[in-house]
Amino acid sequence: MEPLTDDQAPPSPEPPPRLSDWLGAATPLVPGTPWPRHVLGEARWLDLRHHLFLSTWTLVDLWAEEKTVHVALLDDPAPEAGSPTTAILSLECPEGRYPSLARARVGAIRLERAIRDLSGLEADGAEDRRPWLNHGRFPLASKPPDADSDPDAPEAPYRFFAAEGEGVHQLSLGPVFGGVEASSQFLFHANGETVVRLEHRGGYLHRGIEGLMRGRTLREAATLAGRISGDSAVAYALAFAQAAERAVGVEAPPRGVWLRAVMAEMERIANHLGDLGAMLGEAGSALLQSHAAVLRERIARVAHRCFSHRLMMDRVVPGGVAADLHPDEMSLLQGMIREVRPHFEEIVSAYGRSASLLDRTLSTGVVTPALASLLGAGGVVGRSSGRAFDARVTPGYPPYDHVPMTVPPRDEGDVHTRLKIRALEIRASLNGLVLLLDNLPGGATRVELPPLAGEGAALVEGFRGEVWLWLRVDGGQVIACRARDPSWFHLPLLEQAVKETIVADFPLLLKSFNPSHAGCDL
Amino acid sequence: MNDLFLLQLLHLVLALLLAPLLTGWVRKVKARLAGRQGPPLLQPYADLTRLLRKETVLAHNASWIHRSAPYAVFGATLLVCALLPTVATHTLLRPTADLIAVIGVLACGRFALALAAMDVGTPLGGMGASREMMIASLAEPAALMVIFNLSLAAGATSLPVIAETVLAGRVGLMVSLFLALTALILVALAETGRLPVDHPGASSELSMIHEAMTLEYSGRHLALVEAAAMLKLLFFLSLIGCLFIPWGAAVAPQPEAAALLRGTALHVGKLLAGGALLALFETALAKMRFYRVSELMAAALLLGLMGALFFFLAETW
Repeated sequence: MEPLTDDQAPPSPEPPPRLSDWLGAATPLVPGTPWPRHVLGEARWLDLRHHLFLSTWTLVDLWAEEKTVHVALLDDPAPEAGSPTTAILSLECPEGRYPSLARARVGAIRLERAIRDLSGLEADGAEDRRPWLNHGRFPLASKPPDADSDPDAPEAPYRFFAAEGEGVHQLSLGPVFGGVEASSQFLFHANGETVVRLEHRGGYLHRGIEGLMRGRTLREAATLAGRISGDSAVAYALAFAQAAERAVGVEAPPRGVWLRAVMAEMERIANHLGDLGAMLGEAGSALLQSHAAVLRERIARVAHRCFSHRLMMDRVVPGGVAADLHPDEMSLLQGMIREVRPHFEEIVSAYGRSASLLDRTLSTGVVTPALASLLGAGGVVGRSSGRAFDARVTPGYPPYDHVPMTVPPRDEGDVHTRLKIRALEIRASLNGLVLLLDNLPGGATRVELPPLAGEGAALVEGFRGEVWLWLRVDGGQVIACRARDPSWFHLPLLEQAVKETIVADFPLLLKSFNPSHAGCDL
Repeated sequence: MNDLFLLQLLHLVLALLLAPLLTGWVRKVKARLAGRQGPPLLQPYADLTRLLRKETVLAHNASWIHRSAPYAVFGATLLVCALLPTVATHTLLRPTADLIAVIGVLACGRFALALAAMDVGTPLGGMGASREMMIASLAEPAALMVIFNLSLAAGATSLPVIAETVLAGRVGLMVSLFLALTALILVALAETGRLPVDHPGASSELSMIHEAMTLEYSGRHLALVEAAAMLKLLFFLSLIGCLFIPWGAAVAPQPEAAALLRGTALHVGKLLAGGALLALFETALAKMRFYRVSELMAAALLLGLMGALFFFLAETW
């Protein structure tokens, strides 16, 4: 029952198959660019599973809509081997069962468990059949709480993986924490101070988001989407807006698109600064944490002045943005960048000069590139472990084709590297923000979306990593919506990274990942 | 007799009054160094009063060990604080103020708290106890080495006698004393749970050392345990003051009121200076990896050993 092993992908002498070759000339049911949707038969689905074994395709998401299972895949080959291909593949399962993909992609384990909780579809051949989001208090977790659900019902017993051996003891952390952490449970098996196994259990923050979205207008649903994970308000709203626009075949006006990028980068810088501070504070430097907190606060205040909300919630809407930048607000933003940059560089160089801080972070909590690519982890965690993937580039969306701000990946995968990548991203985003503001196009900021029927998907780079959102609309209302947080694939890596380290280092590791529990619990 | 008793009472009351102030002072200086306003200076008093007024909640499987340990650790720490000749050297308990005894009494308090932490059976309590004992087992030999150094220099292990010897100028500037001072500072950092060993005020249960042992306490029990931690910080700062910079303490068997007043003022001054230095030190340092603490304590032990060696070398020349 070991959930992760390094040797699941068999070595293949031939070059790995390409997704575009496998799809061939089949015409998709839903053409939509860049995420066409194909409907597969059962035999083709099994062939897909076989090809997943052989290939390096990234599992973007696996979810269910009533009696249909969808899987979103991304094939991102080396530049000389071809161009990136993306696709959504669907399997109808009227019997309520579908062949599990978990053996080909470990990241699918939790997704399949969530599918069973949300829509009742069973994965054939799945080893882990425990519930994930549903703690036994709701009949089906995809519905919003109603008369059938009883939040006070006794929790269904949950069996954690065991670890046995002389001197091995259990240590449970959460779901209630002493600090500001979100609710989730971590069960350690430790031998003295050394961690033998860590298992995470989520679902405590389940709000029935997908059920709440159904039947709402796009505007209402966009508000909900921005609150799936509060610190990624802009990223989620942007993913929702892009998916909605693609569903009805409308493009947001250029000024709106660029203003979205301004907000997204501000959100990234603010959150990275917060994470940087949290990591430094956990390592024992209250001084640097305070300095980082001051900078983060500075950005939040400027966001409030420019976009009338500190976290820029509800500013990105389907069709464009709900705010415009006036010249005096532009200069406020530029002044903020000029002020933040030197202070930020001071924090980074103070960290680099502190031997005692480096001693805590270097070679602590290593995520190997093999593990990261096995799960297809993106964001800071992926880029610290050798994965160059960045949704702003692949599949990419404007205006990042004009203003690139990616950071090259590193291979070390320890806490220090994750801190370093965050710092590099802050620097890149500060530079990018200057370019965005200098070249801001004029014109309208928003168009109305026609009440058409359709489906659309978007992959947006939030500060944690890629935020996936898929949407089916009809007549201006949401029929179905699915969102996947990057933390779905980060939390299993956290479980692996903490092995062999000591219990006392876990808080630092957790801060270096900063997973969003709300984003995963839906 | 009466005077001796009053003087002893003065030490006791001073320790009780000053301990929360010192903790508040260190927190304030640290906050200001980090650019924050920080809690008010007198906040620890308010915290203790609040905890004393609160209801005490006990785990249902807590035995008498868990219930009595706070009194034991508080009593032990208050006793050793009162033994220190901070203001005057002639007090009622002067004959008992032996350094080795003082370290022993402190160890008793720690033993009681570690037992209590394991008594309730929560894993974090046991983990905290095991960490605290590991550090103590390394810090105590180092503390004993420091004591040997001082007793070699002063010819006694009695605290008042050492202070009087230093005050009388019979102990000059010695390399061995500087080494002992450095070792004692390292021991003090470990014993009082300060950075880089422990993170006072850390929010995560998993990385705590001292506070992990006190997680199950509430109400007056928690007040006593917290007061004991504040007293311990006061004890180590006062100890360093008494042994290495005892100037200001009244040495006459029947000290005048003016001498006592001067002694008290200087004592408070030393504490404030020491607290500020501690805050500065903590601001500049990150927390160590847990297993590196043993290296720090080994360094303290080595420094104490070197001090003793230097003393004998100096003797033979």
